[in-house]
Amino acid sequence: MNPARRIALKFAAALAAGLAAPLRALAAWNKEAFQSKTAASALKELGVAASTESKDILIEAPQIAENGAVVPIEVTSNLPGTRSIALVIDKNPFPLTARFEFGEGAVPYVKVNVKLGESSFVRAVAEAGGRHYTAAREVKVTIGGCGG
Amino acid sequence: MAEPMKIRATLKGDLAEVRVLMVHPMETGQRKDAEGRLVPAHFIQEVSVRLNGRSVLEGQISQAVSRNPVFSFRLKGVKAGDKLEIAWLDSKGERSQAEAAIA
Amino acid sequence: MHRIAALALALAAAAGAPCALAQDAKTEIEKYQQMIADSSPVELFELQGETLWSKRQGPKNASLEHCDLGLGAGVLKGAYAQLPRYFRDADRVMDLETRLLHCMTTLQGRSREDATRRVFGNEDKPSEMEYLSAYIAAQSRGSPMAPGTAHPREAAAYELGRKLFFYRAGPWDFSCASCHGEPGKRIRMQELPVLSTRAGAGPVVATWPAYRVSNSQFKTMQWRINDCYRQMRMPEPTYASDLTVALATYLTVTGKGDLYRGPGTKR
Repeated sequence: MNPARRIALKFAAALAAGLAAPLRALAAWNKEAFQSKTAASALKELGVAASTESKDILIEAPQIAENGAVVPIEVTSNLPGTRSIALVIDKNPFPLTARFEFGEGAVPYVKVNVKLGESSFVRAVAEAGGRHYTAAREVKVTIGGCGG
Repeated sequence: MAEPMKIRATLKGDLAEVRVLMVHPMETGQRKDAEGRLVPAHFIQEVSVRLNGRSVLEGQISQAVSRNPVFSFRLKGVKAGDKLEIAWLDSKGERSQAEAAIA
Repeated sequence: MHRIAALALALAAAAGAPCALAQDAKTEIEKYQQMIADSSPVELFELQGETLWSKRQGPKNASLEHCDLGLGAGVLKGAYAQLPRYFRDADRVMDLETRLLHCMTTLQGRSREDATRRVFGNEDKPSEMEYLSAYIAAQSRGSPMAPGTAHPREAAAYELGRKLFFYRAGPWDFSCASCHGEPGKRIRMQELPVLSTRAGAGPVVATWPAYRVSNSQFKTMQWRINDCYRQMRMPEPTYASDLTVALATYLTVTGKGDLYRGPGTKR
């Protein structure tokens, strides 16, 4: 087979492989978990039976947010073998906010802007080695300014 | 807006810091518009990140992620020129996708 | 005796606490302001503005690419930082939006009515002016704020702006200075900057226009001035009028010198 044809075939195969694998999470959006009204029931829906507090989960969050519409939350898990990180905002109407699964090549780290309806604890739940670990930070939300 | 998604990926050694800016209302379904009517829920539910065609990160998110979401991820074992592809799917079944090469 | 001592200590601690809390709160809020600026979607507005800058519009089917913002036709780098300034061709002192309006009418042939139909947008649909302001302001990142001051008309605009800043009117007898003329003023948790001083106005003019996270809208200086008048229960000023330009001139000249670091991201 001539080199050009070999390259063309390789490219076609790669393209086909890329198209075949769906560009979506392997499981459908976890409606039960995301529509749970308490942190406890959301975690239960995620299959988190029990969790231990861990200092190896670092949460970077503002202590006071001038506005609850955008609260930047940064989570790093230093637990070896971290497979996923879930973010729960206790006082939100639907506490489960996000869940990220890390494949090979992804560092167990995420930063995301979230909404807080009111001052609340923000929890990160990490799954590592088949067990769950948590850390939490309190974020106070203020109502600011003259509404303008 | 013209671009629904903007990706910035910078390399330090073999670690890539990826920042994604998305255009999306992320409506919770609890907000009222100027006329006092409830704006229906409409938000991104799934986010996927692929490196050179292979899934490296899958996210499920809720309406509690801020409007015009901004995410940061980190990938390791990455080199310049590696291809990043980020896609999202929202609660109305709408999708968007963007690509970037690691710089 | 011990119980009284303990109570006295507790009371002393409680009395001291509010002062400490206020300073901590200020520091924490500043941290929050930095965090949202680092994680801001504002760049998306800049990109859309870039598209609009080269979009052909109006009866002349022309883009804004030849618009002269003070440094030459189409020169954007550092242009925002030297506004407001006097423009000979319009014989007026103009701020960014006023100048853009001028280019829309002269280069693109659009009527003032058409170009100002919707200058203030919302979270679902920002306005053309907002996108353009984001894009053009971004091209001045790192440039020192240096509005025009030498021309007699620029000095006159500054003077008018200063008078307006302190001019009390409306049902509440408010002026800009009512909120922004004295240190230590606050609305809820927002510390109000003293805009009649360099220290107060500097950071402000270096970070407008800005994305407001509280309503996901991109806001310009013309909007800010308009909304302040609305909040003071005074009639809203005409867009890109001499009044608004005078105020913008007063603020920018008072705060000049800081390196522009916008477009900003605010609560």
